[in-house]
Amino acid sequence: MAYLEIKDFRKTFGNNNVLKGISLSVEKGEVLSIIGSSGSGKTTLLRCMNFLETPDTGVMILDGETLFDAEKDKKIKENALREKRLNFGLVFQSFNLFPQYSVMDNITLAPLLQLKERCKKDKTVNFAEGKQKILAEAEQLLEKIGLTEKAAEYPYQLSGGQQQRVAIARALALKPKILCFDEPTSALDPELTGEVLKVIRSLKGEDRTMIIVTHEMGFAKNVSDKVVFMAQGVIEEEGAPKDVFDNPKSEKLKAFLSGIKDKEGE
Amino acid sequence: MSFLQINETLLRGFGLTCLIFIITLAVAIPLGLILSFGIMSKISPLRKILNVFIWIIRGIPLMLQIFMVYYLPGILNNGVSFWGDVDKYFYFNYGIENGGALLAVLISFIINYACYFAVIFRGGIQSVSRGQTEAGMVLGLTKKQIFRKVILFQVIKKITPPMSNEIITLVKDTALANAIGIVETIRAAQNFASGFPPVIWPIFYSGVFYLLFVGFLTVLFNFLEKKLSFYKE
Repeated sequence: MAYLEIKDFRKTFGNNNVLKGISLSVEKGEVLSIIGSSGSGKTTLLRCMNFLETPDTGVMILDGETLFDAEKDKKIKENALREKRLNFGLVFQSFNLFPQYSVMDNITLAPLLQLKERCKKDKTVNFAEGKQKILAEAEQLLEKIGLTEKAAEYPYQLSGGQQQRVAIARALALKPKILCFDEPTSALDPELTGEVLKVIRSLKGEDRTMIIVTHEMGFAKNVSDKVVFMAQGVIEEEGAPKDVFDNPKSEKLKAFLSGIKDKEGE
Repeated sequence: MSFLQINETLLRGFGLTCLIFIITLAVAIPLGLILSFGIMSKISPLRKILNVFIWIIRGIPLMLQIFMVYYLPGILNNGVSFWGDVDKYFYFNYGIENGGALLAVLISFIINYACYFAVIFRGGIQSVSRGQTEAGMVLGLTKKQIFRKVILFQVIKKITPPMSNEIITLVKDTALANAIGIVETIRAAQNFASGFPPVIWPIFYSGVFYLLFVGFLTVLFNFLEKKLSFYKE
C-alpha cells in the first residue's frame, strides 16, 4: 500500500463543483507535482489534504492509518483536526509569515507552544532542555535555507524569496510526514524563484515526501517522481514526468503544455 | 472665593470625570470584544440582533440614553424607581452621594462605548488576513493560540489609532453625566456661575483640566504607536 492514499475526494462550494472525485497515491520519499490551469482544483485538493477544507466525500490513508473518512468525520471537531493537520506541512503562495515575530520566532513559535503543552500534560518533560533543542534545530534549518544571519530580522525586512524560504523552514520545524507546497513561487519576481526552488530541490535529496502544486514546468519535470495533471476537478493524466511532459496523451494536457510553451516563447 | 478653593472644587469634579472614564474603559473594552465576536458570529440571528442593537445605540444621542437608563425604570413602574434604593445603598455603605445617578451614567456609557469599540474591534480582526489564521492552523495551533499569539497583536496595532480617537472622545463625553446631576468637572464649574455672587470664569477654566488630560493621553498613544511600529506588514 502506498504511503499516502487518497480515494474519491469530492468538494463542492455552493454550485461550484471543484473536485469531482480525485484519487491519487504517493510513496514514501516521493515528490508529487500537481499541475493544471488555474481553477482546476489543485489548490483545493491541497487544502483538503491539510484539513483547511473538509471534503464532501472521500478517504485519506497515511502510513496505513485512516486519517480521514468523510462518512465518519462529517462533524469532526476542530481539536481532532488539529492533530491530523500536524501530519502535513503547508507552504503558502503568499508565505503568511507572522509579521510581528522575528525570523527565528516564526520558526520556533509552534514547536515551543507544543512543548509547553507537553510540559503541562507530562511533568517529567523538561522545558528548558526542550527549548534548547528546538532552538538548535531552528538554527540548523536557518543554515539549510541560507539565512542564518537574518535570524533576528522581521519578515518585512526580507525579500519575497527569503520570506518563502523562512516559511519552508517554519513548516519543516514541525517535522511533518508530508510537506505540501501551494504554488510556492507564484508570488515571487522571476529572479527570486530560483533560490526557493533550490531549497525545495535540496529537500528532495533528504528523501522527503512532498506534494507540490506549481506552475514551474521545468522544475516540476526535473524534481518530481510523479506528475498529476488536473483539469476541471478531475485528474486528466498522471505518470512519470517524462511521460507527462514529453508524451502527453489527453488533448487537454497537450493544449495546456503548448499554451505554456507559447507563453515562455514570448 | 479663592483660586485655590475653586481649584479644589473643580478637582473633586474632575475626580468623578476620571472615575467615569476609567470604569467605562475597563468594562467597555472587554464587553466590546465579546460583542465584536457576536457580530462576526456564524449564527445569523445573533448577528442580526446585535447589529440592530448597535444601530440603536449608535443612532441615539448618548444624553438620551442616559435619560432612558435613569428615568425609564421609574416611568414604567408607576413612578417608583430602584435608583433611590441604589442611592441609599451607596450612601450608607460607602458614603457616596448620588450613587444611583452615577451607576445609571456608568451603565449608559459602558453600553454606548462597548458598541463603538465592537465595531472597531471587528474591523481590526477582519483586516488581519485569513492567511494568518490558516498559517496558524497548519502549524497545529489551537484557535485560542491563533487568536492570542498571532491575531491579537496585529489587531492591537491596527486599532490603536481609531481607539485613541474614541478614548479621547470619551474624556469629553463624561461631561454629559451632569445631565442627571452628577457633579463632574463642568457641573462643578457651573455651580460657581449660579452661586452668589456668581463667578463665571471657572466654566472656561475647566477646559484646562480636559486639555491636560487629553494631552497626557495623546503622549501615551503616540508612545504606544511608536512601540508597535517595530514591524510592518
